[in-house]
Formats: sequence, C-alpha cells, structure tokens
Amino acid sequence: MHRRELLKLIASATGVAMVGGDALAYTLRDPVPLSETLFNKTDVAFINEASEVIVPATDTPGAKAANVGATIAVIVTDCYPPALQKTFREGLTAINTASQKQFGEAFISLSKEQRLTLFNKLDSEATAYNTARGIYGIESSKPSRWEAGTTFTPPHYFTLLKQLTLFSFFTSETGATKTLRYVPVPGYYDGDLDYKEGDKAWAT
Amino acid sequence: MATNDYDAIVVGSGISGGWAAKELTEKGLKVLMLERGQNIEHIKDYKNAHKEAWDYPHRDLPTQEMKDNYPVLKRDYPLNESTFGMWANEKDNPYVEKKRFDWYRGYHVGGRSLLWGRQSYRLNKADFEANSKEGIAVDWPIRYEDVAPWYDYVEKFAGISGSRDGLDVLPDGQFQPPMPLNIVEKDVAARVKKAFKGARHIIPGRTSNMTEAKPDEGRVNCQYRAKCWLGCPFGAYFSTQSSTLPAAMKTGNLTLRPFSIVKEILYDKDKKRAVGVEVIDAETNETYVFKSRLVFVNASAFNSAWLLMNSATDVWEGGLGSSSGELGHNVMDHHFRVGAYADAEGYDDKYHYGRRPTGFYVPRFRNWGTDKRDYVRGFGYQGSASRQGWRRGVAELGVGADLKDALSSPGPWQIGMTAFGEMLPYHENRIYLDKNVTDKWGLPVLAMDVAIGENEIKMRKDMQQDAVEMFEAAGMTNVRGFESDYAPGMGIHEMGTARMGRDPKSSVLNAHNQVWDAPNVFVTDGACMTSGSCVNPSLTYMALTARAADFAVSELKKGNL
Ligand SMILES: Cc1cc2nc3c(=O)[nH]c(=O)nc-3n(C[C@H](O)[C@H](O)[C@H](O)COP(=O)(O)OP(=O)(O)OC[C@H]3O[C@@H](n4cnc5c(N)ncnc54)[C@H](O)[C@@H]3O)c2cc1C
Ligand code: SF4
Repeated sequence: MHRRELLKLIASATGVAMVGGDALAYTLRDPVPLSETLFNKTDVAFINEASEVIVPATDTPGAKAANVGATIAVIVTDCYPPALQKTFREGLTAINTASQKQFGEAFISLSKEQRLTLFNKLDSEATAYNTARGIYGIESSKPSRWEAGTTFTPPHYFTLLKQLTLFSFFTSETGATKTLRYVPVPGYYDGDLDYKEGDKAWAT
Repeated sequence: MATNDYDAIVVGSGISGGWAAKELTEKGLKVLMLERGQNIEHIKDYKNAHKEAWDYPHRDLPTQEMKDNYPVLKRDYPLNESTFGMWANEKDNPYVEKKRFDWYRGYHVGGRSLLWGRQSYRLNKADFEANSKEGIAVDWPIRYEDVAPWYDYVEKFAGISGSRDGLDVLPDGQFQPPMPLNIVEKDVAARVKKAFKGARHIIPGRTSNMTEAKPDEGRVNCQYRAKCWLGCPFGAYFSTQSSTLPAAMKTGNLTLRPFSIVKEILYDKDKKRAVGVEVIDAETNETYVFKSRLVFVNASAFNSAWLLMNSATDVWEGGLGSSSGELGHNVMDHHFRVGAYADAEGYDDKYHYGRRPTGFYVPRFRNWGTDKRDYVRGFGYQGSASRQGWRRGVAELGVGADLKDALSSPGPWQIGMTAFGEMLPYHENRIYLDKNVTDKWGLPVLAMDVAIGENEIKMRKDMQQDAVEMFEAAGMTNVRGFESDYAPGMGIHEMGTARMGRDPKSSVLNAHNQVWDAPNVFVTDGACMTSGSCVNPSLTYMALTARAADFAVSELKKGNL
C-alpha cells in the first residue's frame, strides 16, 4: 500500500494523521533530456563551439568543457518566451551567414582566430543594435527576466548568446569549481581578507 | 472521541505557532498543532540543502511554466527552482486583489520560518507609545517593559547574533556575538558616525543565525554557506524545525497534524468561549472536530483574521472579533525597495572569505531625538558591501580570454542599502472575505484592499535621499539613489488585522492577546500588532506568543478560562 493511502486510512480511522508522509516540499526537478528541448545534438554542438569563443579554455576549462550548449538548450526552451526563442534560433543561422559573408565559410570551418574576429565584430554590432533600441544591461541580468505575454523588443541575438554562455558557464560545476573559488562549507567569515591580483572570485 | 480532546490547539506551525506549541507543552498542556500543509522533517526533508546551481536543470531560474502557475510569486525574487514547492500553490489557494497585493505564503510545517530572512530586532519604547502620542489609530495596551523580559527569553532560546550598541532606538538583547562587518562596512560605519555626529549608526545585522553552537538543542553554529532558505542541515538558524518543534516534541505532549486546514473556531455563545475547531483534511477533504480548552491562532496575520472571520458567524455576521469593527482592518506591511548604492574605491587589496547570511543595519534616525520631519515615524536600512562577481559582465572586453579572466576575478567593491519604512495603521486598509471566490476546498478566500498613504510617500523621499547622503558623506563614489516599485505585501511583514487595544469597541484583542469576545482564544502572530514600527517583526511575535502562553496557562490554572 502506498504510504499516502495508508496515512489516509489512519487519518479516517482516528482523525489524527501520523507525522511524516512523502513530503513534496523542495521539489526535486529532474534533469531535462535534450529530446524535450527545441534543439538537437547538432545544435548543442554548434552552441558549444560558439560559446567556446566567448569563454575559451585558458589555463582553466572553457564553455565547451562545461557543455554549456546543453544547458542553454534547456534554458531557452523552458525559460524563454516564444519571441526570444525565435531570436535566438535565427541567431544561430545568422552566425553562419555572417561567417560566410566575412570569410566565405561556415562558422564551424573557421580557425580560432577567425572565430574571435567574427565574434568581436558581432559583439560590437550587438551593442550598437541594443543601444539604438534603448536596451541595456542584458549581459549582467538573468536569462529568465522576460515574461511570456509581455511585449518587449528582443535584443540582438548575439547578446542573448553571450549572456546565456556567461550564465551557463559560471553556474556550471566546471566554471564554479575550476575557474572560480568554490567552498561548499566555508565554516567562517572573514571580511578583511588580503587580496592579490589573480586570486579568484567566489562562485555564488 | 477521547483522542480528539486536547488542553490546547495551536493553529499554524510557523514562527509564532512553533513558540505557542513549545511554551504550552513545556507547561504541561496536551497540545494539538494543526498545520494546513505537509510535514517537513528537520534535515531529512531539506532535499536541496546540499545542491549547487549546476544541480538544477535551469540553474535555479524560474521557467515560463512556473511563472504561469505563480503569477504573484513571480513578481519578486522568491520564484526559483531551489525553493520550488515551498510556496503556497497559487492555483489551489487563490485570493482577490482589489488592489495589487503581493502575498508570499509558505503552507507547510514550519511555515515561513524556513524561508525567512532571519533579521531580528526589538521594538523600542517609543514604538509602543507613538500611536497614543500622535493620536493615530489606538494605543497599544502594553509597553516595552511588558515585553522586554519576553524578548530576553525568546532571544536566548532562538539564538540571535548581534552587537550591543546601547541605542534607545534599537534596544539591545541577549545576543550571541555578532557576525562581523567587512572592511568596507566598518570604514563606512566609522565615517558615517563622524559625519552625522553620532546620530546615525551602521551596525552588524542582528540575525537568528547563530555564531555559537547550542549543543543541548543539537544545533551547530553557522557555517557561512548562505543557503538558509533551503533548510539548514546544521540547525544554525531559527526555524520551527530547528528550535521550537523539537523542544515541544521532547515533552511528549505534542501532537502535530499536517494537512489540517482549520476552517472554523467552534464557539459556545452561552459560555462565551471557544470549545474547539473544525478541520478539513487537505488530502481527503473529510471534516473533523477537535476540542480544547484553549485555542492559539497562529496562522499568520491574514490567515488568522480569515479564520476569525469564518468563526461564530451565527453570532456576529463578520465573525469572531468583528464586534469591534476592526477585524481585517488596519493592514500594515513595511514599505521598501528604495535606497542607494555606490562604489567603494581604494579596497582592491581586500576581499572576503565565506558567505555571510546577513549584512549591516542602520537603525532609525528620522523623527528621533530632536529630528523632526513633515511625516511621522521612520525607517531603518538593511544593506551590505561586497565585491562584485561574474554577474557584472564587462561590456568593454568583448569576448574571449580577457573577458573570462576579468569575470573570474572579483570586481570592484560596491555598497548598497534598502530602507524599510513604517506604515501607519489606516482603518480603510483592509482584507475581507470574498464569498464569490473559493479555494480548492470550497472555502471563501480573502480580498485585499490595501495602499500606502501620504505619510509613507513623504517618507520614501527621505528613504532615498538619506541613503545617498550617507554614502556621499562616507566618501563613496558614483552614488546612485534608487526607487523600484513597491506594492503592499512585498515587505512580507503583514500585520494589524486583529489588533490589540484597550477597548473592545476599537480592538479585537486585549493586552494579553485574548479575543475580547472569546477569552480562551489567543491571537499572537502579526495580526495583533497595533502599530508596525520599522523593524522586522517576527522576533516580536515570538516574544508576544511566549508572554501570552504564560498568561494563558496561569489563567487556565486559576479557572478563569
Ligand atoms: C523571504 C522572506 C524573508 C523574510 N524575512 C524576515 C526577516 O528578516 N525578519 C523578520 O522578522 N521576518 C521576516 N519574514 C517574515 C516572517 O517569515 C513572518 O513574519 C513569520 O514567519 C510570521 O510567522 P507566523 O507564525 O505568523 O506565520 P508563518 O510563519 O507564515 O506560519 C503560518 C502557518 O500557519 C499555517 N496555516 C495558515 N492557515 C491555516 C489554517 N487555516 N489552518 C491550519 N494552518 C494554517 C500555514 O500553512 C503556516 O505554516 C520574511 C518572510 C519571507 C517569506
Ligand atoms: S548560512 Fe549558516 S544558518 Fe544559513 S544555511 Fe548556512 S550554516 Fe545554516
């Protein structure tokens, strides 16, 4: 017999339920499989390659190693309203178009240097595009700030990619533990700690 | 049925209900605590306590579906993956917004004691006298001195850390050592003190995060993870689960019944006493009656008023306590979301270790001492200084290794603070039953009709200006004042719906939190507040609950109830 039914039975017999039961509090959310997103494996691989240009591997792992593509697929599917999903999707195509235009090749075929050149250009374009429309501060805000049903002007697709990459990277285990300072149980607080250049920031 | 008879019934298991259960059981009463939501066991059920951002599929962001299902919660920060399931289900538990009202509820054992911000301050002497002196609403029937010993009592047990500052405006208490200010906050505190000649203070936040262990209660001191609202595996902050519930359980006198929606207090009009309560089982929809000699109503300010409104309606159409004409009226919250932030330059060689679950506090200074404004009462600030993290983004760096390196290092120090202002008790600010709308169990729901008034609007100017002025005086740069929109309820400090007073004609409760019309019914949560002060209120609910429980038991023994 299920515990809940057992509880009901006890409750109806005495009016007093036992303390306990299967608490549904702090709902545990299952990982979202790729098949439930708007993206396929090729998309995720592409996003990983693109994100790696924004946050490359240096002496610590980069966006690809953190598999930010998979996280971005889930966030765009579940946390974005349709208008932004469209902007983001079209952006993936637009990256290739821009790549063809500048280098005559698809993005995936570009060298590291070419990718960086292309993305720095897209980044400047994005800033100009957003400024012209009075859209500010997206990079440092949360990817979920938009609501379904509200009207808004979507920012440049590249800004979305950049924000999603930074967010997904720094909240990933790789980003938080290898690139940032991560201590699960600090144990004490010191508000006057000496800092030298190069020391890492705390993961939040 | 014999098992349905108790000495006392406590409605609700949150901050105030937990205290009622502890005090009454420790004094030997057989107590039934009724809680409308599910049980959550200490530690065992804190399922996300050890999770990190990467363990959540959406990295703790709310999804569009969550936003659709929680149209109120999504208006502010509480809607996220890590605390999902800990907020009252808005589809099952609707309410009516005559005017916008943001109601953040936790319906489960422990109530909002598991989710609260833990800031714990005493009201001061003037708080209890202000209504009378200024001719506003009604006078509190008690004074600071009546509550002071009970503040002592609850602080010791709950475990509050804080500094002793010797300020009349914010009385000291039985504190554990404070959580320290960081280097920037300390310097700013010293400069503010000097610039305002000792009239303004920046002190460590007084918080129910313990800096010393309580081995006898099985509680460890805080480990500086700042994940309090996921439940603390160390029992290091005050919650029903970590503190009052185990004490009550230890007596062997407590029965806790989750999934029990108390829908009515049963009233004997001849004896003028409550005789028990009627409960709907939230899971089975069956109805039960439980009898008792005492009823403590601790369902949180609005739900306690709701319960009174649904009780003894055959005697008073507006419910138990409505003979005063004040039941559901005088709603208060603390208005906030206004303040300032600034850059703190010159601290690039300093950082911090650990995640401190509190910040600094600025006690009220307006309309205090010789200060006189064009409004009454005042406000305090809560804030902190810290170095920015990766979320700051750095637009100038474009993309690539430089951007990554920059964001992997701490950014500049920033300091910010938000004011919490006192809201006056206006009779026209009220909640009432809307019988046309019902919840999942067919019960009528509350309608909210609350707005801030002139006094608050004037105060908000100072709340911003003074913050700017203080940061400027402390040599901060790039000082920016802010005001984001505030809707009543966002302060999550609902108060006043069954106020205490000296006259049954203008108050619902007397000086001992007894309902005038039913002396064996005690309401000791935020509903009882006659005025709101500007400090976070929950410590006061704890003190008033312990005080009322002591009185109730002595009256019971004397045969007066
Ligand atoms: C995010 C957040 C931050 C906060 N920060 C602070 C802070 O820093 N300092 C501070 O002082 N306060 C703070 N608060 C407010 C604080 O949580 C409340 O003041 C406090 O919990 C109120 O205690 P209570 O016992 O009245 O109600 P609650 O703790 O809300 O408990 C009420 C209980 O009653 C139950 N209940 C309701 N109706 C019924 C019914 N009909 N039958 C049976 N059971 C019922 C509910 O399910 C709930 O468990 C904060 C709150 C939140 C949400
Ligand atoms: S910060 Fe302290 S009180 Fe909060 S969860 Fe961590 S250890 Fe517990």
